[in-house]
Amino acid sequence: MSDQLVKIRNLWLEGRSDETWNPIINGVDLDLKKGEVLGLIGESGAGKSTLGLAAMGFCRDGVRVSKGSVEFDGIDLLNASAAAKRDLLGKRIAYVAQSAAASFNPAHKIIDQHVEGPTQHGVMSKEESEADGMELYRKLRLPNPDEIGFRYPHQVSGGQLQRAMTAMAMACRPDLIIFDEPTTALDVTTQIEVLAAIREIVEEFDTAAIYITHDLAVVAQMADRIKVLLKGDEVETAETRTMLTAPTQEYTKSLWAVRSFERPLKSPVIASAVPVVSVRSVDAAYGKVPVLHDVSFDMHEGRTVAVVGESGSGKSTTARCITGLLPPSAGEILFDGEVMPPSYKRRTKDQLRQVQMIYQMADTALNPRVTVGNIIARPVQFYSGLTGKALRKRVDSLMDQIELPADEYYKRLPSELSGGQKQRIGIARALAAEPKFIICDEVTSALDQLVAEGILRLLARLQDELSLSYMFITHDLATVRAIADEVVVMKEGRVVEQGPKREMFKPPHHPYTDLLLSSVPEMDPDWLTNLLAERGVDNIGDAAVDNM
Amino acid sequence: MGNVLTIILQRLALGVLTLLIVSIVIFVAVNLLPGDFAQLILGQGATEESVNSIRRDLGLDQPMVARYLTWLGGMLTGDLGSSFAQLNFATNMGGANTVTVLDQILPRLGNTMFLAGVTAVIAVPIAVTLGVLAALYRNTIFDRVANIATLSSISSPEFFMAYVLILVLAVINPIFPSLSNIYDGMALSDRLEKTMLPALTLTLVVTAHMMRMTRASIINLLASPYIEMARLKGMSPMRVIVKHALPNALAPIINVVALNLAYLITGVVVVEVVFVYPGIGQLFVDSVKIRDIPVVQACCLIFAAAYILLNLTADIMSILSNPRLRHPK
Repeated sequence: MSDQLVKIRNLWLEGRSDETWNPIINGVDLDLKKGEVLGLIGESGAGKSTLGLAAMGFCRDGVRVSKGSVEFDGIDLLNASAAAKRDLLGKRIAYVAQSAAASFNPAHKIIDQHVEGPTQHGVMSKEESEADGMELYRKLRLPNPDEIGFRYPHQVSGGQLQRAMTAMAMACRPDLIIFDEPTTALDVTTQIEVLAAIREIVEEFDTAAIYITHDLAVVAQMADRIKVLLKGDEVETAETRTMLTAPTQEYTKSLWAVRSFERPLKSPVIASAVPVVSVRSVDAAYGKVPVLHDVSFDMHEGRTVAVVGESGSGKSTTARCITGLLPPSAGEILFDGEVMPPSYKRRTKDQLRQVQMIYQMADTALNPRVTVGNIIARPVQFYSGLTGKALRKRVDSLMDQIELPADEYYKRLPSELSGGQKQRIGIARALAAEPKFIICDEVTSALDQLVAEGILRLLARLQDELSLSYMFITHDLATVRAIADEVVVMKEGRVVEQGPKREMFKPPHHPYTDLLLSSVPEMDPDWLTNLLAERGVDNIGDAAVDNM
Repeated sequence: MGNVLTIILQRLALGVLTLLIVSIVIFVAVNLLPGDFAQLILGQGATEESVNSIRRDLGLDQPMVARYLTWLGGMLTGDLGSSFAQLNFATNMGGANTVTVLDQILPRLGNTMFLAGVTAVIAVPIAVTLGVLAALYRNTIFDRVANIATLSSISSPEFFMAYVLILVLAVINPIFPSLSNIYDGMALSDRLEKTMLPALTLTLVVTAHMMRMTRASIINLLASPYIEMARLKGMSPMRVIVKHALPNALAPIINVVALNLAYLITGVVVVEVVFVYPGIGQLFVDSVKIRDIPVVQACCLIFAAAYILLNLTADIMSILSNPRLRHPK
C-alpha cells in the first residue's frame, strides 16, 4: 500500500453565474501523503475552498467538475456513487468550516452533533462516542470537557466552538481533515489557542490535513508544505521553510512583501496644538449594560490614531459616541477644542460634515440600487449645495482621488465593483463632505492583503494631501504597524495603554498589549512552537486574558 | 426559562388587548348593519309604537356606548345574552323558556371544532410530509406533481371540490354518506363517518398552503453552512432534511398551520352548507339574515378569539422551537 492519500490530477472546476460557466480551478494537481499537512493559500476568489471541497469529492451548488480526477486512497471520488461517497465523508474524510457558529446546527446540542457521525457510520455506539467526545474536548483543552457538549452552540464562545468542531471532525478518526479558514473569524488571542489545539491533535492522531487560509503566518505554523493559488491557477508548491525563505514566483514574493508597507514616522505633536477630536472621560452604555468606562484620548490634525482591541472591547462603541449615534452617558467629545452636542440630532450641519465614517463591510454600506456616481453626489449636494455641472465636476474629481476614473465607473452599480473598489467608493463618499476627521472602522479586514494594502496606501496619500485625521479601528496589528502614528489599546471598554506607535511596539508593555502583540502569528514556522514553550500551553489565548 | 415566560405573558396581554379592540370594531360594525330587528319581526304594517316598545324591551333604544358596556360586561361574566330570534313575543318577555345565545352557539361551536380537529389530524401530517418530500426531491417529477395537485385543489372553489368528492365517494363508490347531519349523542364512529367528506374537502383546501410553506422554508435553509456540514459528515439526504433542516424551519410552518386552523374554524360556511353540517358558520349566516344581533356579535367575537388564540399559540410554539430562547446563555 502506498503512502499516497489524495491524488488530484489536472482538475478543472467551473462555477455558474448568470447562466454561464466560469472557470474557478484550472488544471490543478494536488498530492497529499498520509499524515501530511498541506497549506493552501491565496486571496479570496482564488478557489481555495472549492479545491478543498473537491478533495472531498464535494461540489457546492452551482459548481461542477469539467475535467480531471480526484482519488482518495485509491478510490475515484468523481465517479463514486453518492452512497459510496457518503460512506467516506465524516468517517474517513472530515471538514472543519470557517465559522463554527454557523456550521453547528442551532437546534441540537453539541455532543449530539458530535456523535451523529460515529453512530450513523456505525463506527461507535452513542455511549462510546459521547465518552470519546469528552476525551477529545479534554485533549483540545476545552473548559468543563464533561459538560460543555451538553450545551447548545449559541451557549459556547466562538473559539471554543471552533475546537468543538475540530473534535467533531476527529470523531471517527478520519485519515484526512479539510480545515477551511478555521481561525479567520477569531481574535488573535483566541486564534492562537485554536491553532495550538488543532496542531496538537492532528499530530497525535497522525491525521493528514489540507489547511486552507489566506494568512501566511498562520499557514507557516501549521503546514509541512504550502501550495499557493492565484485565480484558480497553481503558482507554486514547496516545503514550508523553502517557500518562506526562497519563493521562486513573483506573486509569492509579492504576498510576502505586503507586510513591508510602513509609513514613515512623523515628528511628535506640538504640545500646545489643539486636537481635532478629543474624547474626554467618556462612559457609554447600551440600555443598562455599561460598555465604555472613562475613555479619553486625543486625535491631532494629519495623524492616524489606531484603536486596537479584541471584539467586544468597545472600539466601535467609541466611534459611535464620537459620531453622536450613541450619546455618551458621561464625559464629552470636543471638536477643535469646542464641546459637541452628544447626539448627532443636535449637531449643526457643519459639525456633522467634519466627522465622517468608512465602514468595514463596503458591501452593505453602499445602497445596491444606486449608481456609484449618485452615491458620491448625494453627500456633495447635501453639504455643499452644488448642482448640475459643478456637482458632476466635484464628483469626477473625488473619483480621481480614489483612482477610479469617472468616465468608466460613474454609472456602475456597487454589484459591478470588486471588494476593494467598493471600499474606495466608501472613502470617496466620506471625502465628499470635506471632513477634517474620518473614522475608519475595520476598513481593510474584509479585504485580501494586496487589496488592503492598496486601500492603506490610498488613505495615507489622502491624509498627506488633505491633512486628514483618522481614527483607525482595527484588531490587526500588522495594519497598525503600517499606518498608525499613535495607538490606543482597549480592553473591556477601557483604555489600557496609549502612546506613539514607536513606544507601543517597544517593551515594556501593559501585559494585555504584550499579549496582543505576542499573539500575532509571525512568518517564522517555529513561532508557535517557541511561544508555547515559552508561555506554556495553559497560558495562551482566553486563559491568558483571564489570568491577567 | 424566565425570559421565555416574560415573552409569553407579554404576548398574552397583547392578545387580550387585541380582543378588546376587536370587540369594539365588531360592536360598531354590527350596529351599522342596515335594518332593525324590531322592524323586521313586526313587518311593514307595524305601528311606530309597537316597534318602539320592542326596541325598548330589547334595550335597542339605549345609546351605543351604554349598550356596548352592557354587552362587554355580559361577555366577561359568560352571559352572552338572549337570542332575539328565539324570544317568544307572543307570551311574556324574558320568561324561563328564552334560549340564550350560549345555548345556541355551544353545540354548533363544538361541531365546528370537531370538523376542524378531524381535518387538522388528516391535513397537517399529509401537508408536512408532502412538504418534506417535495424539498427532498425538489425539482423532480414528484415535486412538480405534488405542487400542481395541491395548487389546483386550492384554486378550485370549495363547493366544486365538495361536489366532486360527493360524486366520487358517495355516489359512484358509496363509501361515505353525502349528508353530514350529525346530532348530539351520536356514537363517535358514526360522527367520524359522517364528518369524513367535509373533512376531506377541507383537507384539499388547506393542504397546499401548509405544504408549500414547509417545502419553501426547508429549501431556504439548504444553503446554510450547518446543512453543508451535515452533508459533509456523510449524512443521508433524508436525515439532512428531517434532522437538520426541519427543526430550524419549524417557526414559519407552525404559523401557517395556525393560520389554516383558524380558517377551519371561521371560514367554512360553504362546506357546511353543501354537506348540511350543523356548524357555527351556518348559524352565523342565518343570524345575520334575521338581524339577530346578539348571536352575530357572539359569533364574531368567537371567530376573533379563535384567530388570536391560534396565532398566539403559534407565536409561543415558534418561540419554544428556538433553542436560543429556550436555553439562554
